[in-house]
Parts: sequence; C-alpha cells; structure tokens
Amino acid sequence: MKSHLLDAEIRFMEKPLNGLSRFWLMLSVGTLIGAVIFPLWKIHLVAPQYQEGLQLTIYAWKLVGGNGGQDLVEINNLNHYIGMRAIRAVDFIEMKWIPFAFGLFGMLALRAAVHGKMSQVVDLLALFLYFGVFSFGSFFYRMYQYGHDLDPRAPVNIEPFTPTVLGSQQIANFLQTSLPMSGSFCLFAFVVFQLMAIWSSRKESL
Amino acid sequence: MKILLTKISGFVLIGAGVLLAGCSRSDESARSDSHSGNLSPAEQSYVAPGKMDEFYLFYSGGHSGQVFVAGIPSMRHLCTIPVFAPYSGTGYGFDEESKALLGDFTWGDVHHPALSQTDSLYDGRWLFVNDNANNRVARIDLRDFKTKQVLGPIPNSSGNHGSSFVTENTEYILVATRFSVPLPKGRYADPKDYAEEFNGMVSGIKVSPESGEMSVGWQIVTPPFNWDLGSTGKGPSSGWAFWTSYNTEMASSVMEVNASQRDRDLAAFVNWHHAEAAVRAGKVTIEDGIPMIDPAKTPGILYFVEIGKSPHGIDTDPSGRWIVASGKLQPTTTVFDFEKVLAAIDAKKFSGEFRGVPIIDYNAIVEGEVPIGLGPLHTQFDGKGSAYTSLYIESAVAKWKMPPWTDAEKADLNSVVTDKIPVHFNIGHLVIGGSDTREPYGEWLVAMNKLSKGRHLSVGPSQPESSQLIDITGKKMNMVYESFTEPEPHFAQILRANTIQPIEVYPKSENHDPNAIWSLDEGIVERNGNVVEAKIVAVRSRFGPDRIDAQVGDTLILHITNIEQTPDMIHGFGLAEHNLNVVMDPGETKTVRLKLEKSGVFPFYCTNFCSALHQEMQGYLAVRPAPEVAIVE
Repeated sequence: MKSHLLDAEIRFMEKPLNGLSRFWLMLSVGTLIGAVIFPLWKIHLVAPQYQEGLQLTIYAWKLVGGNGGQDLVEINNLNHYIGMRAIRAVDFIEMKWIPFAFGLFGMLALRAAVHGKMSQVVDLLALFLYFGVFSFGSFFYRMYQYGHDLDPRAPVNIEPFTPTVLGSQQIANFLQTSLPMSGSFCLFAFVVFQLMAIWSSRKESL
Repeated sequence: MKILLTKISGFVLIGAGVLLAGCSRSDESARSDSHSGNLSPAEQSYVAPGKMDEFYLFYSGGHSGQVFVAGIPSMRHLCTIPVFAPYSGTGYGFDEESKALLGDFTWGDVHHPALSQTDSLYDGRWLFVNDNANNRVARIDLRDFKTKQVLGPIPNSSGNHGSSFVTENTEYILVATRFSVPLPKGRYADPKDYAEEFNGMVSGIKVSPESGEMSVGWQIVTPPFNWDLGSTGKGPSSGWAFWTSYNTEMASSVMEVNASQRDRDLAAFVNWHHAEAAVRAGKVTIEDGIPMIDPAKTPGILYFVEIGKSPHGIDTDPSGRWIVASGKLQPTTTVFDFEKVLAAIDAKKFSGEFRGVPIIDYNAIVEGEVPIGLGPLHTQFDGKGSAYTSLYIESAVAKWKMPPWTDAEKADLNSVVTDKIPVHFNIGHLVIGGSDTREPYGEWLVAMNKLSKGRHLSVGPSQPESSQLIDITGKKMNMVYESFTEPEPHFAQILRANTIQPIEVYPKSENHDPNAIWSLDEGIVERNGNVVEAKIVAVRSRFGPDRIDAQVGDTLILHITNIEQTPDMIHGFGLAEHNLNVVMDPGETKTVRLKLEKSGVFPFYCTNFCSALHQEMQGYLAVRPAPEVAIVE
C-alpha cells in the first residue's frame, strides 16, 4: 500500500515539462534579476520633528539611507541615545551571499527549463522556500538583536524591543513602518512562476 | 506586457496630474483669497500655523546694523541676518571669519537693501545693503541668508547713504555720499571752508557676475552736496542713475536752516555707461587706488537737474521713462520724462552749469508737479499705472496716476491723486515688491513709519518702529496689518518666496575648511610652542574632545565642526568668561582664536538648544598658571 502511494508521487516527479512550463521558468529568472535591482524592504520612521520621515531602504546587496544616505546617519545618531549599535551595511553579511544565492536559483531555473523535468522544479521550489524562510528569519533576528543588544551605559534606558518587520508600531516618539517593496514582490512572483510551471505540466504523460 | 506598461504610465501620468493640480490649486487660493474683497483684514493677513507666507520682506535694520527678514502677508519676523554688528544669536562677530567681515567696527547703519537683478527682474541671488556710517556695502547670499562680503570703508567717500542701487543686470551697485569730507581722506580742512575744500563722490561698485564679489570700479568726484537717495534706470533710461541732494547751499553748520535756503536743489543724473567708457579710455586720475573721473573734464557723464525743495527720494518707474522726485519741503512730487531728458541733452537745453557740469533746463524735461500732500519722500510703483508716495509730515500714503495724463488731468494735477490712506505715524520709506524692477508684484505695500507711539503696549521710552501692511489690489488702499520692529527699518525689499530655494544644511561635500573633521575619532588637541590648536566635533550631544588643556599665555585656536547634516540641528560653543560664543550650522566649521590670560577651569557648552541631552553637551577648558620662570640674580 505504502509503496503504491509513493509510486504516484515519483511518477509525477518524473513528468516532463511542456513549453508553457518552460516559459514560466524563463520568466522566473527575470524576477530574480528584479529582486537584485529593486529594493526588498523599507523601514520608514516618522516623528513630530521628522514629518518628512527618515527612510532606510534594504536591497539584496546594500542598505541605503534616504536623503542621500543622510537618513541612516540620522537614525544611528538618534539610536546612540538608547545605546543601539550603529546600523552599518558591512554588518549585514547576508548582503554578501544573497545575490550569489539568487544567481544559483536562476541557474537552477534555467536548468529545469532546458532539461525539462518536474522534479527539478519541485526541488528548486523547496530550496527557494527554505531560503526565503531562513532569510526572513535572519532579518527578523537582526532586528531583534538591534533592539535587544543595547548598551547598558546609554543615556536613555528603554525596554528592549524588536523593531517591527511588517506593519507599523510606535517606538517612543517614532512611528516605525516596515513594508516589503518591489524586490520582495519579485521574489513572490518567482514562487508563483514555479507553481505555474508545475501546474501547467501536471497532466503531461510520462 | 505592453498593455501593462501603458496602464502603469497612465497611472503615473494621472498621479503627476493630481500633484500638479494640487499645487496650482493651493497657490491660486493663497493668492486670490488674501486679496478677496470678501475677506476681513484679519483673514487677509492670517497665515495659519504650519502655513507659509507668500513673500519675503527684507528690512534694513538701520543703526542696529542688521537686516530683518519677515514674511508677507503675516508680517511675522522670521530671522535676523547680522551684517555690520555682532549678533551672539548666530555667533556672528566672534569667529575669525565674521570678525574679519566686521573689521574695526562693531556697528553700521543699514539703510537701503537692494536685491540683485537680471534683466531688470529679481534673480534671487544676493541682497546688497549699505552702511551709512562707515561707508561700506555688504553682500548677503540668499542661498544661505548669510553675509558674505563687507566692502569698505569705500575710499574717497564718507556717508554712504545714497546706496545701494543695483543696475539692470547687477553690473554695479551705485552709491553716493551723503557727507562730504576733505580729500584725500585723513586730510584736515576747516569746515568753514566747506565749499572749496570738501567733496562728494558717486561710486560704481563692480559686482562679479559669478561670485558676487564686489570691488570699487570707479568714482566721480562731485561738489560737496549731500547726495541723498537714488535709483537706477532701465528701458529708455538704461545705463543711467539718479540721485537727489540736499545742501546745494554747501553749508556746513546749522544745516537744518542753512541747507534749506534754496527753492531747488540739484539732482545728479549720471550716465554710468559713459563713466565705464571713460575709465576704459583712461580719462581718469588714480586717487587712493581708485580710477576717478572729473565730470567737468569728461563731459557726458554727469548732469544736474533742479528739483524743489530739499528733495529726498528719486525713483524710476518700471518702464524706465518716468523719474519721480519728491521735494520733502514742498507739497509736490515732480515727474520727469526721461525721453525729454535725452532730447534736452542732445539739443543742449541747459539753463546753466555748476563747476563745469551742465544743469539741464527744468522746463524742457518736467512732465508735471503733482500736488500729493505734505512732506513727500519716496515713491513706489504697482506696475499697473499707479504710483504711491509716502507723506512724512502728513502721515499718509498717496496713490496717484502715472503719466501719460490727459489734457484735463494736466490742467489740474490734483485730479490724478486717486486715494490717500493715513499711516501711524510719520512714514519714511514704503515698499512695493518689485517696484524697482520692470514687473512689480503690485499686491502689497508696506509702510515703514518712524513713530509708533500709542500704537502698541507701552514698552517704556525706547519705542519700536511700526510697519503697516496695505493691500493695493483694489481701487482704494486697505490697511490690513500692523507690526513692530527693532530700530530701525529704512527701506526694504519684497521677494516672491518661490524665487529662491535656500539650503538648510551646508553639504559636507562643500566644506573645504582644511581644519574640518567629521568623526569623533578625529578630534584632537595639539600643542605647538605656546599655541594650543584643537579640532573639535560638535554632534548630538557632545563635543569631541570635551577637554582642552592649556596654560596662561597660550594662544588657543579652536576649529569646531558641526558634523550634523540635519536641518535645524545647530550647535553653539559658548566659553564661560571669555566673551566667546560661536554657532555652527549643520556642516559648518568655525574657527576661533583667543589669548588665554587667566588660569582656572572654564566650562564650555552648547549654546544653541540641540537635543534632549543638550544640557549635557559641555566640556572644560583647563588653564594652568604660567610656569614660573626662575629669576637669575
């Protein structure tokens, strides 16, 4: 019985990909390029004396302060009062390997498009989801660290906190908003294209 | 994909459209509403919290030596720009750079601000102001509202009152002397020999079109009349400038009587294009380093025109054709037709000459004497055919119709005076935005009154001046608001706010001070002989370093850089009991130098409130006594 069930899955994995699936895979490579070019996430801070807001834009490979980089200087300047470590691009080691990982996923997508085997798409999707969850978790942990690893000798003592990763929250006089940007939507599109590639060839015969 | 792109661009366009519509709507409403006949004066001048004025008003600060900036229509004071006097509020006059601007003086007498022009329109680059007391001209840069240059004392001149008048493309600031002195300066002569021994001067202050740097281009020596006020020409009067004078009598004592004897005084009509040409042709002598023109030897540069009586203001209308001069001791203002002036010069219609300078026949050039009221001083123009003249003695502003006049109007010039409004009290200058350009704004008039007694809560004997905002968009003038200023606005300039986009921080990339440092790690105190030199960072909320060690007799040099790049994050550096306060705007480096003469520990601290821990932003200058020198018997 048991081996009988698995047989069906294994047969599914062996299915060839039709032209439409291959097209979706090719498109998905484009979304990865988009995910490098476009910003992934933004953190926006608004306070009474910062009506125009302070913005931090996170790319796969760099961290950009708004207002010509000045906003990051300003955020760090303000955070030193609560003893938060300065946010510096060099500390984000993810930014070194994430573009590399994107390249890897792109090559795997191309491989599947050329080779045309269902299992390759399923593998790619599983790996990518794992990568996505891991990266998001790592981002969350970084936020947690910044908000918890506070210098006890700082002029202002506040309860350790985690800056919000998605949505808005009030931190002292600042309303902090974190939202995904177009690069993240590209990554989401990558997942959708993989699913479409699987769906399009689901009825192909072996 | 194509459809998607079209859609997206469609959205973008719609978005841009909404933004544009939003902008124009708010602009329109601000403009039309503030002059709508349905609004009360309170609503017309009300600028709600968070909203901004539509115009800048740059007041001269008179003998305060400063320039005041206010907004119109709210008349709210926005800032003070220190020019000729120290101003601890912005640390002006304490650091080496601004000390150099002040020179040997701690005050000046600012009278007539003038905005720079291109093609006879305000270009929003610079504001020039004069110092009547110490014969100087200063340039304020409207990019950062800071004084950038103080030129003077101008050689061969005294009493720089007939100043500062900008030519059509800011080629020159034209200035003339109110007080005559024996030349060369420093020479003694008995004031009773005034007529023979004293001289006045008209000077062309050349302005670099790129940097705005001023230098004295040339001078025209004149009889010792007291040149009073002037204006520059445009259109048919392009290349000319005009000054009134009092004291054609050339008296040197009891001036109020002795300088008021003649029915008419001589105004100067100066062709500055010809003055430039004379300098190029070498028809000059060099006096105290300045090319000087003798108008008797080089004709075609200076002409005299008789104007009654002890005139004050002389103003060129926006077309450049009509020159309006007010005889402050007679109840009329005189209009000259400049086209007739040119014709009279061509035809040599002169009624005489004074010291070799022709006097143009008055009757050949006068268009009319308008009986506008008592004590006319200054005239401004709305660009819509009306002129507005301040009446000092009558305490009023008269509105009158400019020529060309009909025969009926000419027969009775009383009929061209169309409105009069009382002001409180004794108005001196008045200003309409752009009156000295070819396109006046014609919306608001500000009356600057010399007396304000009884108009405000009593503040004791030392009283402020009053400024009254008058709506001139209607047929009748309408007083809208009254504000009070420090002593003492003379003239002012009005600039439409969107003409300029001032910076709010000094970009780090533009700071070329070799002693600037940009991080706390770079802070350093070094001793070199008996000079202690420190490079200090000012940043929320500390100085780095915050301890400076020195000893009595040392020269202390501090270079303090405000490394902030955030608007309004200003730091000060005040040092206790050393008469020192400098203020660094974001991105600015200031240098101070002082000789340490007393031992002790002197706190320094941030004087300009910066942050929640501003109070903690402090440090110490620790000064040991001078080491004892062994006395060898």
